[in-house]
Amino acid sequence: MERRTFLGATAGLAAAGVSAPALSQGAAARTLRVIPQANLTSLDPVWTTAVVTRNHAFMIYDQICAQDSKGDIRPQMAQGWEISPDQLSWTFTLRDNLFFHDGEKVLAKDAVASIDRWRRRDPFMQVLWPNVAELSALDDRRFRFRLSKPTPLLIMALGQTQFPCFVMPERIAGTDAFQQIRETVGSGPFKFVRDEWNPGQRAVWARNERYVPRQEPVDGLAGGRIPRIDRIEWTIITDPATSGNAMAQGEQDYWEYPLHDLLPMLRRARDVVVEQRLLDGTYGVCRFNTLQPPFNNPAIRRAVAMAVDQRDYLRAVAGDDPADWGACEGVFTCGTPLANEVGSDLLKVRNVERAKQALREAGYNNEKVVLIAPGDYPQINALSLVTADLLRRIGMNLEFISADWGTVVQRRASKEPVERGGWSVFHTTSSGQSLALPVFNLFLRANGNNAWFGWPDVPEVERLRGEWVEKGGDPAEGRRIAEELNRVAMREMYYIPLGYYWQPSAWRRNVTGVFRAPATVFWNIGKG
Amino acid sequence: MFAYVVRRVLATIPVMAVVALFVFSLLYIAPGDPAAVIAGDQATPEDVERIRQSLGLDRPYLVRFGAWVFDILRGDLGVSIFTNLPVVTMIKQRIEPTLSLMLVTLILAVSIAIPMGVVAAWKVGTWIDRSVMGFAVLGFSVPVFVVGYLLAYVFALELDWLPVQGYTSFSEGLWPWFENLILPAIALGSVYIALIARITRATMLEVLQQDYIRTARAKGAGQTSILFLHALKNAAVPIVTVIGIGIALLIGGAVVTESVFAIPGLGRLTVDAILRRDYPVIQGVVLLFSFVYVLVNLAIDLLYTLFDPRIRY
Repeated sequence: MERRTFLGATAGLAAAGVSAPALSQGAAARTLRVIPQANLTSLDPVWTTAVVTRNHAFMIYDQICAQDSKGDIRPQMAQGWEISPDQLSWTFTLRDNLFFHDGEKVLAKDAVASIDRWRRRDPFMQVLWPNVAELSALDDRRFRFRLSKPTPLLIMALGQTQFPCFVMPERIAGTDAFQQIRETVGSGPFKFVRDEWNPGQRAVWARNERYVPRQEPVDGLAGGRIPRIDRIEWTIITDPATSGNAMAQGEQDYWEYPLHDLLPMLRRARDVVVEQRLLDGTYGVCRFNTLQPPFNNPAIRRAVAMAVDQRDYLRAVAGDDPADWGACEGVFTCGTPLANEVGSDLLKVRNVERAKQALREAGYNNEKVVLIAPGDYPQINALSLVTADLLRRIGMNLEFISADWGTVVQRRASKEPVERGGWSVFHTTSSGQSLALPVFNLFLRANGNNAWFGWPDVPEVERLRGEWVEKGGDPAEGRRIAEELNRVAMREMYYIPLGYYWQPSAWRRNVTGVFRAPATVFWNIGKG
Repeated sequence: MFAYVVRRVLATIPVMAVVALFVFSLLYIAPGDPAAVIAGDQATPEDVERIRQSLGLDRPYLVRFGAWVFDILRGDLGVSIFTNLPVVTMIKQRIEPTLSLMLVTLILAVSIAIPMGVVAAWKVGTWIDRSVMGFAVLGFSVPVFVVGYLLAYVFALELDWLPVQGYTSFSEGLWPWFENLILPAIALGSVYIALIARITRATMLEVLQQDYIRTARAKGAGQTSILFLHALKNAAVPIVTVIGIGIALLIGGAVVTESVFAIPGLGRLTVDAILRRDYPVIQGVVLLFSFVYVLVNLAIDLLYTLFDPRIRY
């Protein structure tokens, strides 16, 4: 008898009558216990862009179409779609056996209302929406987009993973896109158990017995979404060491984002599997404030870029094993059709002395550089520390400000000079899928005051982006435009790509059916 | 006595009002924007502004403060910006783990520290005294999270006696509840034990020099009776004071302990809310902590009369 069993039994005798096991053996076998990447605080995937909310939404909602493992868009709730010969009319037909968790049938009007709410917040669809003359339900199962001009990217927007279009009942989807919905009724493979939701502690989903998956095998987010487990329980554990211990001891079954520092320990644990599950790496970015000195001078930005060696950053985040990361010296996600390094020569210099010389020639006058770093965000903090070291080494007058993420996201919105609470540099990370196309690569945008923080103003980039939206459907044209975009972005250097690292997941060996996908989803996963 | 209690309870009102004003003002001027956190990286500045408006964060300070105070007076602590759940509900969800942790820690600490302090005073200058003092120094010096990780490593990972993390509600059984609290309570209690043991020793040393102790010895009273009936009762007032002050220590330590052992208590709720700038939750929890602290102080003042009949209110 183990000591723990003995202690339990002894105390159990004292507490006879009140003691009961928290989770029986059978229940444990039918429950997947997951440590998610973050606390599930909001349940509305339109209201917030938090990835953890999106992962929750994948369980309870379904999509009209979805991305497969190659990045192609496949029908999901849709049986299929027809495009008119002039490409100005797209008619979608829903599958017949779709039901919401409240028992109501999923109708075309629900899809229309859901698209209408989602498109108000999705940056990709916002670009395409001016081409949409009308979106309407034709009958219970069919809805139609009427377009003012051909828009081949429409299907890509509807099936994207970055900001997915989830289908909700019309009465819920009617909520203002800037207000949170209050109900969690979807038609996906799992139902949210709202009564057991304790934000910061636990979130629970139960199998949707009525869900009818597609017949095709699972492929990325496309294919059959089969709920193979009765219950999924997310337990919020904020401390990585505790999460690692809980995995090693079998108190948890699946850890979405293990800290890189703990991967060796997890790999040594006999009953734990550590593998890359997400299809894309996570990309690091060093962002300059182009409105304020010294980085309002492109030559100074280029000088900094000459000192950057992406491998230093990636080692700082993901360790010394090159299998865990990769250099990617262009603005588009490596390994995707638009990836290229045209004009990326500066990022291959990797020389501090040459950077110093370039800095002098650029007219740097010892202006103060304020780098804001989130101390509570290990990966971004590591990127920030490497840049801080690099800026000091090339002779810049650096003030390093460590704050929490909440403060950083507020301060980065300031356009003021550094003396009045502004900033010069900060870092962030992004999933590879967000950087694959010009239409939703927000770091690339250069429309001045309306651009992302740093506010670069490069009309040439905006022109090329617009051109890609028009002609991006043609692979050759799309490629040509992407190369031109990379060249201009590297010339202006309003941000420095820092390469990518893989974020593996860990699960107990008795967890079955884990597959690679663009997002963390839990269908098709069971326990042996 | 009754009049005193009523006066003290009434005195909590201005205290709470000052706390409310302070907390609200501090959060108002502190950097951070929940709307930016909610909106995420893809949002435009207009999107962030619309979210800010929908949350009422664009309203002037006095309007927001007035609305908040008005709600509190009606017993409504507001609604979490992120979860859309009432703050009262969120506190109710989290209060049991924190109270359980504090209760077990308190019982553990008092039952270990007071005998330790008494014995150290009795055996002053011996190896026992030095061991107790050494432990006290260690308890003060080693941070709670280090103790927590060490305990988890030894008793959970290596020996597999106790769970690494988590909390089981008391309603699911005494042992599952207690099992999850043993390691966190020891970790959290280490500083507390050190504090109480030191104070007990120091006070007992003073009391043991008093004439009435010599008289008790002369009358043939046994050592246990002298230590625990005559001396400890007379040393109790400063010890009880320190136990009360230590409640604040426990509240602060609970934040770290709850994180290390993944206990879903009020400490973690507070930290999570601060990191997200979930203002209504921060304000609600801080008010609650202040109220508890005021009540603990009142309880300690009343306990004085129990140990020292000369004290009258």
